[in-house]
Amino acid sequence: MSAQTMPTQQAVSDKVIEVEILRYRPEQDEKPFPQLFEVPYSPDMSILEALQYIKDHLDSTVSFRWSCRMAICGSCGLMVNNVPKLGCKAFLRDYYPQKIKLEALANFPIERDLVVDMGDFIKKLEEIKPYIIPATDDKCLSEGTYKQTPEQMEKYKQYSMCINCGLCYAACPQYGLDSKFTGPAALALLARYNRDSRDAGSAERMKIVNQEEGVWSCTFVGYCSVVCPKGVDPAAAIQLLKVESSKDYLIGMFKPD
Amino acid sequence: MSKRKPYQREMNNDWWLKNAFYSKYMIREGSSILITVYSLILAWGVFRLSQGEEAFNAWLSALQHPISIIFHLLVLLIALYHTITWFSLAPKAVDLYIKGKPLDAKFIVAGHYISFIIVTIFCLVLIML
Amino acid sequence: MNAQQTTTNQLPEKKYIRSHEPIFWGLFGAGGMLTAFLTPVMVLVTGLLIPLGLIDAEHLSYEKLHQFVSSWYGAPIVLVLVALPLWHTLHRIFHSLHDLGIKRGRDWQQVICYGFAFAVSVFVFTLLLQMLSL
Ligand code: SF4
Ligand code: FES
Repeated sequence: MSAQTMPTQQAVSDKVIEVEILRYRPEQDEKPFPQLFEVPYSPDMSILEALQYIKDHLDSTVSFRWSCRMAICGSCGLMVNNVPKLGCKAFLRDYYPQKIKLEALANFPIERDLVVDMGDFIKKLEEIKPYIIPATDDKCLSEGTYKQTPEQMEKYKQYSMCINCGLCYAACPQYGLDSKFTGPAALALLARYNRDSRDAGSAERMKIVNQEEGVWSCTFVGYCSVVCPKGVDPAAAIQLLKVESSKDYLIGMFKPD
Repeated sequence: MSKRKPYQREMNNDWWLKNAFYSKYMIREGSSILITVYSLILAWGVFRLSQGEEAFNAWLSALQHPISIIFHLLVLLIALYHTITWFSLAPKAVDLYIKGKPLDAKFIVAGHYISFIIVTIFCLVLIML
Repeated sequence: MNAQQTTTNQLPEKKYIRSHEPIFWGLFGAGGMLTAFLTPVMVLVTGLLIPLGLIDAEHLSYEKLHQFVSSWYGAPIVLVLVALPLWHTLHRIFHSLHDLGIKRGRDWQQVICYGFAFAVSVFVFTLLLQMLSL
């Protein structure tokens, strides 16, 4: 095993790439500061692997989150040259020979180094009632499952692909300007349930949508959909919810509740 | 005792200069300034029209001033930019499914451009009649 | 049962406040659509082709235009062409002020922005009403 990996490591070690990390150690730093590292370059190396190299060989105190290494757990989000990316899905070859600047995900408080405090994001995901709310005259369990056609599933499928990585929040200036905004992923998740044929909770969730901090804080910058690693297109979800909210507004004018 | 001390980064007022995507967004939003002025020029034209032929002709000849020409050239460019951005985002507001599949964004955008060309030619012909 | 009740009571009932944004967003959308499709050709005609003489000014003569504007169908068309884009642009300007971090007096910013669009709309509307000949 080691005999196999050794030669390749040596072959690439003459090329190096500079990786600058914005460090922040809460117990000793007042504010974040950049620290430069030199990492042996190889074209198939991901940014997450570069971070692991740094932690293993250069500075063991660097903190960052990761788990799956395959763009599905959503924990390795960070700013790469000011663009929100998944560390495991961004590769050195796309930056080499330029320097790579890494920073914790924008718009979130930095907990330590590249780790952010996602508490607010998680709270927003919970707030939109992310579960199927069945109709009250619900059928009994003994009557069997709810059936759904492929067409009905297609209506929400895309919005259910979210991995909660938070890249869209880091890309959203409206969330950065005012964190009361429910934000892209939470609204996309809301749309995912409202558009599900088995769900009857739309009226409850529309109250969240209709608020200023619901869809109406969005100015359609559209960057959330560009950075999303899963093609969720939260900007589209929000846009469609704006249409729904406007219909809801008109209905509310004629029959106030 | 907790050592937690989350660091909140400031968002400066020039955030939209730091990223090309945000800058383009701001140009899109900023297009509204020139288009507002253009609408005011038209509103003024309606006012001059209501004052009679002489006043209206004065408005028309004011439009021939080189500054006016340059201004309208700028408005045309920025209005076209608005058109392009508007059309490129249009698919996100469309919720159409054909045979259970979402309608391809390319068709929606192309449809907008085709209508735009037809409308423009139609208006040019109309004014010549 | 009792214990369950206390837990549900502990969750504070969240108050949701409906935004009136749909009205302004509707006008914004309509104005934006009109601006996207028609403003380029309008600018081209009124600001460039006619002043530069590339289209004969006869086509936008006082007589022709006055007749159109004072007709029952011409008046609303002109009102929409002149005033609706303002509801689009001032909506954007209002939100851009927030983007630029101008946080003070959001209420007044709102009154001024939409009030401006409203004032110009009324101005044009009154002029058209005066010229209208049925
Ligand atoms: S919508 Fe996309 S960018 Fe946002 S959290 Fe989900 S997967 Fe990440
Ligand atoms: S490590 Fe799981 S998404 Fe990157």
